[in-house]
Amino acid sequence: MRHAISVYVDNQAGVLSRVVGLFSGRGFNIESLSVAPTLDPAKSMMVITTTGNEQVLEQIKKQLNKLINVIKVVDCADRDYVEREMILVKIKAEKETRAEVLRIADIFRAKVIDVSPKSYTLSLTGDKSKLEGFVEILTPLGIIDLVRTGTVVMEREMQGRRKLT
Amino acid sequence: MKKITGAQAFIEALRCEGVTHAFGYPGGAVLDIFDAIMDARDIQFILSRHEQGAVHAADGYARASGRVGVCLVTSGPGATNTVTGIATAYMDSIPIVVFTGQVPTHLIGNDAFQEADIVGITRPCTKHNYLVKDVCDLGRVIKEAFYIARTGRPGPVLVDLPKNVMNSTVNFKYPDSVSLDSYCPTYKGHQGQIRRIMGVILKSRRPVIYAGGGVTLADASKELAEFARRLKLPVTTTLMGMGAFPSDDPLSLGMLGMHGTYAANMTVTNSDCLIAVGARFDDRVTGKVDEFAPKARIIHIDIDPTSISKNVKVDLPVVGDCRMVLRGMLAELAGKDAELAEMVSQTEPWRREIGDWKKQQPLKYCKSENIKPQYVIEMIDEIAPDDTIITTEVGQNQMWTAQFYKFNEPRHFLTSGGLGTMGYGFPAAIGAQAAFPGRTVIDIAGDGSIQMNIQELATVVQYNLPVKVMILNNGYLGMVRQWQSLFYKKRYSHTSMAVAPDFVKLAEAYGAKGLRVTRPEDVKDAIREALRIPGPVFVDFVVDPEEDVYPMVPAGAPINNMLLV
Repeated sequence: MRHAISVYVDNQAGVLSRVVGLFSGRGFNIESLSVAPTLDPAKSMMVITTTGNEQVLEQIKKQLNKLINVIKVVDCADRDYVEREMILVKIKAEKETRAEVLRIADIFRAKVIDVSPKSYTLSLTGDKSKLEGFVEILTPLGIIDLVRTGTVVMEREMQGRRKLT
Repeated sequence: MKKITGAQAFIEALRCEGVTHAFGYPGGAVLDIFDAIMDARDIQFILSRHEQGAVHAADGYARASGRVGVCLVTSGPGATNTVTGIATAYMDSIPIVVFTGQVPTHLIGNDAFQEADIVGITRPCTKHNYLVKDVCDLGRVIKEAFYIARTGRPGPVLVDLPKNVMNSTVNFKYPDSVSLDSYCPTYKGHQGQIRRIMGVILKSRRPVIYAGGGVTLADASKELAEFARRLKLPVTTTLMGMGAFPSDDPLSLGMLGMHGTYAANMTVTNSDCLIAVGARFDDRVTGKVDEFAPKARIIHIDIDPTSISKNVKVDLPVVGDCRMVLRGMLAELAGKDAELAEMVSQTEPWRREIGDWKKQQPLKYCKSENIKPQYVIEMIDEIAPDDTIITTEVGQNQMWTAQFYKFNEPRHFLTSGGLGTMGYGFPAAIGAQAAFPGRTVIDIAGDGSIQMNIQELATVVQYNLPVKVMILNNGYLGMVRQWQSLFYKKRYSHTSMAVAPDFVKLAEAYGAKGLRVTRPEDVKDAIREALRIPGPVFVDFVVDPEEDVYPMVPAGAPINNMLLV
């Protein structure tokens, strides 16, 4: 099962390496990773998405907690949360497909951020499945280049609401 | 407040931590510190002959005394030479602080002379590590380093000290306390959980305690013994737990696992309630994990949450300090005399069954005209004083010592359990002897292992540390040869140590004493003689070359599947 784990850490040199080294040293795989300072510039938030069975994840969380520079570890699978990632796609857009690309961008609410006579560069934010759907639709039109950020997550303010519905 | 140099501040910080001994080796990047050390008469500095030896000595000092061991080396190769020693301490949770020199901060990353990214290199084998970039951080970092090393699950901490930080000046004040908002180990076990596990233990009919090094680290041996004796629980210990429960107690089963006793392995396999205390279910203990204590409810007391359910699924965990949790468990017995009496009487048949296993298959070996290594260890046990500290190297010498030397006190047996570092025992004995100059310290070695840190002979001679090294010389890397004999059709690939120095002459060349023993009837006299000589002694026991360690559980087999003598 895929888990997004948010890790609140000291914003210091080497902390990322400690966290990442913990994964690689135990053969755990990191699917995506994002790191940036928080409101408190002395702290950073890392969001790591990873997969593994319950025992592996339990071990990952405990090991993360054991690192001296890790302040808090939250497994979003235990919470209601929103997640977003961003994608930039450079796509072929010549005469016959130029309008089609824009239509698809419009449907997904993607933005055109760069234009050339033969291509568009689109940006889109959303959760993992939305981005994957976007890429799937665009693929036949000819993707020239693609970059994706790691996932960022935030807990929902009203926990448990989804469970009621 | 007067300004002092970083190097002087460093010495001041060691004083504030109560450091009385340090082990190390000088070099270019730490010249300032070594200059300051010359004036620090209250800190005894012991110069090793290799940085690995210095770390093992600091580790041996820590294991024997319970205090934090301190090691100081230079940058680059000095620092990289400490890695094996640090990894050894990490695997066995030993509190040491290793200070390494570093090139000046403006040269870091420039591939400068004797530069190594030791913080990067040791990240996976330290509990934590630091690079001090500003002399103003020095006091805080050293304070945190000692605090982290000794608290919670102890472990090695490395502090990297660039040369320019050490020779710049600072208004130095050592902090009174640490503030680490991200680090606060759990000492007190959860009360409800303690009550629950006591309920399970009191209802068990085939209970056993499986005690590890955590008991020694938490100084919980007294509590463990009291607990075991009140509930009449049999106790088996890991290699790291040897001495945490007295071997001469009738409840003691000795060591369990790959070279454990028949009784210990049978008891664990047939138990209905396994109480793991400060142990971590190492593969050398469990054998085939799925068949380890298959009928037992597993209770696990450990200060490190990551140890719980790591290898074996635990039914009832308690995170906390072994001593505090055991005290909590003893307190739970108040007012439960009837239940306790009932449990003790109901478990009587279980103890009889265990007694039969002990009788059926005690530890034994066959006598011959050659010296048997097990016999040497039995005789050392018989002759050496009760407060002797034993260290070992790694391999057969280590397993026979664990089997045949009867440890009755914690911190009497220093051995590299987790990492299995050959060359550990001799320098560790130096550390132990430095901590306890008046006690007998014996390294039980093999002819292979002793050569891995043989250079420390100069150290014991220089400081007149009367360490006794008992070499069980079988002319082989014995444990590897044993595996080749059992599992590789006796193809002894590169395990012969036939080309070796004359250990007697070698000891003499360094200025120590050397003795050689070739006949069983001379073993006792040689041991007595070695203990009588006031300085360091090497005793070369020429033993049976192809003696094996038994019982033995083949790797990956369940632990009740033992090869016996």
